[in-house]
Amino acid sequence: MYDFNYHKPASVSDAVSAANAAEDAKYLAGGQTLLPTMKQRLAMPSDLLDLSGSGIAGITVDGDNVVIGAMTSHDAVASSADVKAAIPGLAALAAGIGDQQVRNRGTIGGSVANNDPAADYPAACVALGATIKTDRREIGADDFFKGMFETALEEDEVITSISFPKPAACNYQKFPNPASRYALVGVMVAKTGAGVRVAVTGAGEAGVFRASDMEAALATDFSGAAAANVTVSAEGLNNDIHASAAYRANLIGVMAKRAVEAC
Amino acid sequence: MPDGVNTGIGASVKRVEDYRFLTGQGTYTDDINRPGQTYAYILRSPHAHARIKGIDLAAAKAADGVVAIFTGEDMQVGSLPCGWLIHSRDGSPMHEPAHPPLAQGKVRCIGDQVAIIIAESLEQAKNASELIDVDYDVLPAVVDMVGAAAGGTLVHDDIGTNVAYDWIIGEEGDVDTALAASAHVTEIDIVNNRLIPNAMEPRAAIGDFDRATGEFTLYTTTQNPHVIRLLMGAFVLSIPEHKLRIVAPDVGGGFGSKIFHYAEEAIVTWAAGKLARPIKWTAERTESFMTDAQGRDHITHAKLGMDENGKFTAFKVETKANMGAYLSTFATSVPTYLYATLLAGCYTTPVIFANVKAIFTNTVPVDAYRGAGRPEATYLVERIVNKAAKEMGLDPVEIRTRNFIPADAFPYQTPVALEYDSGDFMATLKSAQEKHDIANFPARRAAAEARGKKLGIGYSTYLEACGIAPSAVAGALGARAGLYESAEVRVHPTGSVTIFTGTHSHGQGHETTFAQLVSERLGIGLENIEISHGDTNKIQFGMGTYGSRSLAVGGEALVKALDKIETKAKKIAAHILEASVEDLEFKDGNFTVAGTDKSMAFGEVALAAYVPHNYPIDEIEPGLDEQAFYDPANFTFPGGCHICEVEIDPETGTVDVVRFTAVDDVGRVINPMIVAGQVHGGVAQGIGQALMEGAIYDDDGQLLNGSFIDYCMPRADNVPSFDVGHETTLCTHNSLGVKGCGEVGAIGSPPAVINAVLDALEDFGVEDISMPATSAKVWQAIQDAKA
Repeated sequence: MYDFNYHKPASVSDAVSAANAAEDAKYLAGGQTLLPTMKQRLAMPSDLLDLSGSGIAGITVDGDNVVIGAMTSHDAVASSADVKAAIPGLAALAAGIGDQQVRNRGTIGGSVANNDPAADYPAACVALGATIKTDRREIGADDFFKGMFETALEEDEVITSISFPKPAACNYQKFPNPASRYALVGVMVAKTGAGVRVAVTGAGEAGVFRASDMEAALATDFSGAAAANVTVSAEGLNNDIHASAAYRANLIGVMAKRAVEAC
Repeated sequence: MPDGVNTGIGASVKRVEDYRFLTGQGTYTDDINRPGQTYAYILRSPHAHARIKGIDLAAAKAADGVVAIFTGEDMQVGSLPCGWLIHSRDGSPMHEPAHPPLAQGKVRCIGDQVAIIIAESLEQAKNASELIDVDYDVLPAVVDMVGAAAGGTLVHDDIGTNVAYDWIIGEEGDVDTALAASAHVTEIDIVNNRLIPNAMEPRAAIGDFDRATGEFTLYTTTQNPHVIRLLMGAFVLSIPEHKLRIVAPDVGGGFGSKIFHYAEEAIVTWAAGKLARPIKWTAERTESFMTDAQGRDHITHAKLGMDENGKFTAFKVETKANMGAYLSTFATSVPTYLYATLLAGCYTTPVIFANVKAIFTNTVPVDAYRGAGRPEATYLVERIVNKAAKEMGLDPVEIRTRNFIPADAFPYQTPVALEYDSGDFMATLKSAQEKHDIANFPARRAAAEARGKKLGIGYSTYLEACGIAPSAVAGALGARAGLYESAEVRVHPTGSVTIFTGTHSHGQGHETTFAQLVSERLGIGLENIEISHGDTNKIQFGMGTYGSRSLAVGGEALVKALDKIETKAKKIAAHILEASVEDLEFKDGNFTVAGTDKSMAFGEVALAAYVPHNYPIDEIEPGLDEQAFYDPANFTFPGGCHICEVEIDPETGTVDVVRFTAVDDVGRVINPMIVAGQVHGGVAQGIGQALMEGAIYDDDGQLLNGSFIDYCMPRADNVPSFDVGHETTLCTHNSLGVKGCGEVGAIGSPPAVINAVLDALEDFGVEDISMPATSAKVWQAIQDAKA
């Protein structure tokens, strides 16, 4: 790890100011990706701005929305009675991220801002039609995830919370990569006010995406059989040492079917 | 027994070392810090094959905290030696290319050592390493061993071939004749996947040099400190034994990968001598992935002949074994004397021929890994036996029982050199079937079918060889070391005992098992027994721990030293009790004159030995401290039956091991709990090989899965609750009757798993699958069979 300056700003605005004042600052949320990257000398930020003191953790239920502060840990989401009552599929998703140590440190804001193409939360955001709130604006999930490790965030922009509208039902099925236990394919199916939404993580070359054929099929017949009948194209899917694109295409169908059946 | 608690042979005593390990109070190499210590970072090759045109160190040497930087140009020492000389079929000795600790003008695999940067802190050493400019001329990499055998680019230009040796065992003509006369010949092409060991503790080494005495000390993560002293001192650095101390403190797992003499050990020791300052190097996990010797990696074609009843008539095996870029310490013995000699398995196959070609490639060196040759042999034999059963229309159990060496046929001479001393394969098979509840398998299969799953069952009836011996035979076959073991029993004046063993414990629980032998024999409690190992300045000598040898060889050496203790102690007691030695009985820690109440406790005899006031001084010397070396008459031969049941989800290809039964014959069991733990760990590794693990190199020789993100090791949720048991036949040539248990799990289990997978996939018409049978591979096999 290279030397860096550590700061713990007391507010989001302080964090943004500090980011702009530094040569090459990075925000530190849970650090579950950033710190290993730094230890491997693959990242060399001049300054690390620890957001844990900036007051953006916590879960509130606001009418039909569950609002989760960006610095809320995966474990806090997984074990929250409010989340379990309002969107049990989201609590279950959080309970399946990494291992207990990762869930204790990792945060929803960090995961969403990082947009790992195999992370779980992006699928939840897209399927549930979440709104990502930052220090300066609100961004719909469909517009937020821009590709592998890319988001709509500006360089110094900080996610403050994520608002999930309560769905009629939702479920997330993950087929883990046996080694990393990230999603080889993860599918979140949600019956929302805006119709059936199906988001896929782990499989796509550009990260999370909506499976529109699947959504169309499920809009007319919300059943496992309908999901299973959709032929998923392997076009644009990852093909690597762990799985072929064809296998991932198959898993999208199987996971979608299981998610629908569990809704 | 002391205090009425059984701490002797057969007791499941809790491991005495575990308090230290589980409370974080072990002392591992990286825990040791020497006064004035510096830190080393090793700059490694990013290329699999390249010529080094130049190395610019100027900027790095000027960097903060740098003490010294050395390259191969500076370090002109001996080559890292190979410990076993194999001769090719034409009688010529194997090709043994130089293996310099620091690269001499060329790098031959990723991770090859290019320079050592020594600094006041590790971060400074790393910072400086980034300022080193190495000018590489990148060469084509030799990765595919089949292509490498044929020629083309050479890993070592000076030897003119990529084939290290072309070795045979058996009479090819006899085997060909028998195959031609067979009613049926089953053929198989099989790959034994390359594994990356990944002991929990990464390798580490601290070199130290005492200018006042001229003594070098190397603290290192090794399974055999005296072997390292011999190899490094005599062959690499020319340091005589009395000026070289090797300390292997607590070591966190080895599985074979810490047997070998590694470059880093020689580099830090040599550099410590140059600087007269201690130098610590500790591998990061990434370095473990690319520098610990890897395991397995065979490609084999084999033919098994049978008569019309499925009785084996002949077995012919052609194997290519990947050596990687250099010959690691025992690499050459693994695919020859630890593999081809096991091809009879537990069967009466009358003639066997094997040809093994050892191939150099631009990959990380391959050497012994838990089982070392025997898993490769067992996987081949137990897979082809299943295939033969299918082709002959026989049940896989039936074909095995028709070919088992009968229990009354021991000692049994195989056609591939070994003479098995004992075993009962029918007993382990029957016991395993019963424990596994074979009778209800059809019902379980039907229940799985109803859930849309496919249940399959697979057998492996295996035999393996442990405690490689005797030295004279091993020597005749090319071993460059002896294979005996030593023990010293030092009885202290107040009756407590320190045992010095030449074996080394790195997770096996020797501090408990060996203490149990002493407790049983001397009738003293475990709290009065200390087991010492891992320091060449303390231990008389030793060959270390590998090949499941510690108890069968080291334990027997301990028994012989205890024999001497008892003999001498009886003379002392007889003198004091004014009786004849013949009239003395030694039981439960007391010497008693038979038929009288005259008695002396062991501790009293010990005190008399060191305070010899009333003592037979004309007859024996004072003191009670005895040593023994033991060279076994033969290998030991554990064997058994593993039954695996898997449930496959045809939609995803996921393989779940739902039931696993292992009934092993490991000879006499000293501590059943420790043996069960060894079997559990070994089976988990075998399941890992069968379903998850496998090193993947691309065409440029880059390791594509060099981290836990991409390389899948088995975890607790990948394995079922194992059902393990024993059917015991005793080893006939050691007094304990012990055989060895450290590797049986990893040897026996992989074919049981794959046979179960193929059984589950039979309905789909899948006839073959390679390890690791990942869900992606299983799903693809189902699709291919459908197409």
